Amino acid sequence: MSRSPSVKLAIGPVTYFWTRAKLIDFYQQIATSPAEIIYLGETVCAKRREMRLPDWLGLAKNLAAAGKDVVLSTLGLIESRADLRELERVCEQQDFCIEANDVAAVQARSGADFIAGAGLNIYNPRSLSLLAGLGMQRCVLPYELSAGAVQALIEASKIAIEILAFGRIPLAHSARCFSARNRQRSKDDCGFCCADFADGELLKTQEQEEFLVINGTQVQSALSINLISDVWTLQQMGVSVLRLNPQSENMAQIIAAFDAARTQSDDIRDIDELLPVAACNGYWQASAGMKYIPK
Amino acid sequence: MAVYCHGVSFMELVCPAGSLASLKAAVDNGADAVYLGFRDASNARHFPGLNFSDADLSRGIDYARAAQVKVYFAINTYPQADNWKVWTSAVDRAYALQADAVIIADMGVLDYASERYPDLRLHLSVQASATNPQAIAFYTDRFSIKRVVLPRVLSFAQVAQVAEASPVPVEVFGFGSLCVMVEGRCWLSSYVTGQSPNSYGACSPAEFVEWKSTETHTEARLNNVLVDRYKADENAAYPTICKGRFTVNDKLSYALEQPVSLNTLSEIPKLIEIGVAAIKLEGRQRSPLYVAQVCQVFRQAIDALRVGKLDPLSEKKHQALLSSHSEGAQTTLGAYDRVWR
Repeated sequence: MSRSPSVKLAIGPVTYFWTRAKLIDFYQQIATSPAEIIYLGETVCAKRREMRLPDWLGLAKNLAAAGKDVVLSTLGLIESRADLRELERVCEQQDFCIEANDVAAVQARSGADFIAGAGLNIYNPRSLSLLAGLGMQRCVLPYELSAGAVQALIEASKIAIEILAFGRIPLAHSARCFSARNRQRSKDDCGFCCADFADGELLKTQEQEEFLVINGTQVQSALSINLISDVWTLQQMGVSVLRLNPQSENMAQIIAAFDAARTQSDDIRDIDELLPVAACNGYWQASAGMKYIPK
Repeated sequence: MAVYCHGVSFMELVCPAGSLASLKAAVDNGADAVYLGFRDASNARHFPGLNFSDADLSRGIDYARAAQVKVYFAINTYPQADNWKVWTSAVDRAYALQADAVIIADMGVLDYASERYPDLRLHLSVQASATNPQAIAFYTDRFSIKRVVLPRVLSFAQVAQVAEASPVPVEVFGFGSLCVMVEGRCWLSSYVTGQSPNSYGACSPAEFVEWKSTETHTEARLNNVLVDRYKADENAAYPTICKGRFTVNDKLSYALEQPVSLNTLSEIPKLIEIGVAAIKLEGRQRSPLYVAQVCQVFRQAIDALRVGKLDPLSEKKHQALLSSHSEGAQTTLGAYDRVWR
């Protein structure tokens, strides 16, 4: 069955520390992709200053001119006055919607439109309604919610829902820099070592299981969520947006595969080979996030 | 500043009560307030055998009240559409029991509690991840929270800045298990077991923990993921992902953090000076002996500071006692100390 898709594709913010040149290249590619929504900004570490706010805004304008709906993502952990001032600058601009990854962003936005990021922990209808009353346009649900829990939220409210359908899962955030720690460096003297790993650095168990990824102050899953077989169902459930988290390679093919899956119910491409490690879908199946349960 | 229970305004000591015996230990050893949870997923220490039955609850509350110790109810996990009523009923019960405060994380539950019971004192749980004055203002403006518990990710200097700019008094963690990650935003346990501190109220739930002995090692597994492996002469720690031994770049180490506990005893003067209103001891899952001894050490330190300063000799003795209650017998200042990062 084919149809004009009701679900939109969004490209999540790049969570790794890429050079400016790599970012510009990446977004040039994304500009011509079928993804409708692009999230831009540094969400992990305030020390990463390869791109400043004016740079992000410039990129945002270019992508908007290419027909993309651009959202500026905010930092996930606000520790210092400087972090807060930077956050307020992003929230005060009105040219682009923002993704609030800390409640501080909602407060600083003062009623203007925002997307609630997964870090806001919106698990129930009452929290959804509350934020909708404060200007929320869409909510990225916590990654651990199952299909059943997402369905219940959609049925209980009219608010647009976005879920992570592809990519590594941001699992934890610390004040400590794990990339620096594993090089016996302090965070103040990190040497920006996280930049050496375009997809983060693998952490393995003592049995060589590829388990997690260290990305500066963030810990991600080594496995990538892949819900491509569920795209048609997601669409029927009424999910508004599918988020695809960027990885350094193969992103164009992955976006094309999701575009095909939302348009054509029987066009489910095998993208597992395109992942840095392998796929998981446990959360969606009401199981441990790291599990892969074939459909 | 909090009101000290004997009428003097000073730093409040908030102690864990995972059971009636622990509650009594806390009250007998100088707690200004105890915090506890109902026996369900509505609180962040949802462990088997822990928390309060109705009968214990009423005995515990009477015991605390008789000693003028406040009782706080932790209702600090995140309900979903299908179990929402468990949380609202927990708030209803806490109100009916005349809770001195309810500690909440979820904004929906805060909305419910503040609308339904405008006179119920609300504290923002550490699980709400509020690390900055704007975030705290969000909760103050909407739900009139009266206190915020800060996540264990800020340095002393940052705590001081937040305390100064916060619209409400701040409470910090003083001792106990060290969360390395921003509380409320850690899904490491959830990724491995499907059950998270946020939705289920437990990190590394016991039913997923497995100890396996091999010829050379003891293995600690969580839902079959090897978290650490110990030789006969090594102390084994309860397997939490953030304190496991893993390989990064072919090097085996505690890649995220080693088994260690937070201990701020030596820094209480600094915490008082920067305007911290209350200090919380972690450990509702720990024994009554732990609660009694740790509570007593912090009580004596706070009292000593009220009239003068810490006595170095008794501090040394106290530090040894606290180390004996620490993971891996090691303590740290965690993120309070910039170097830790």
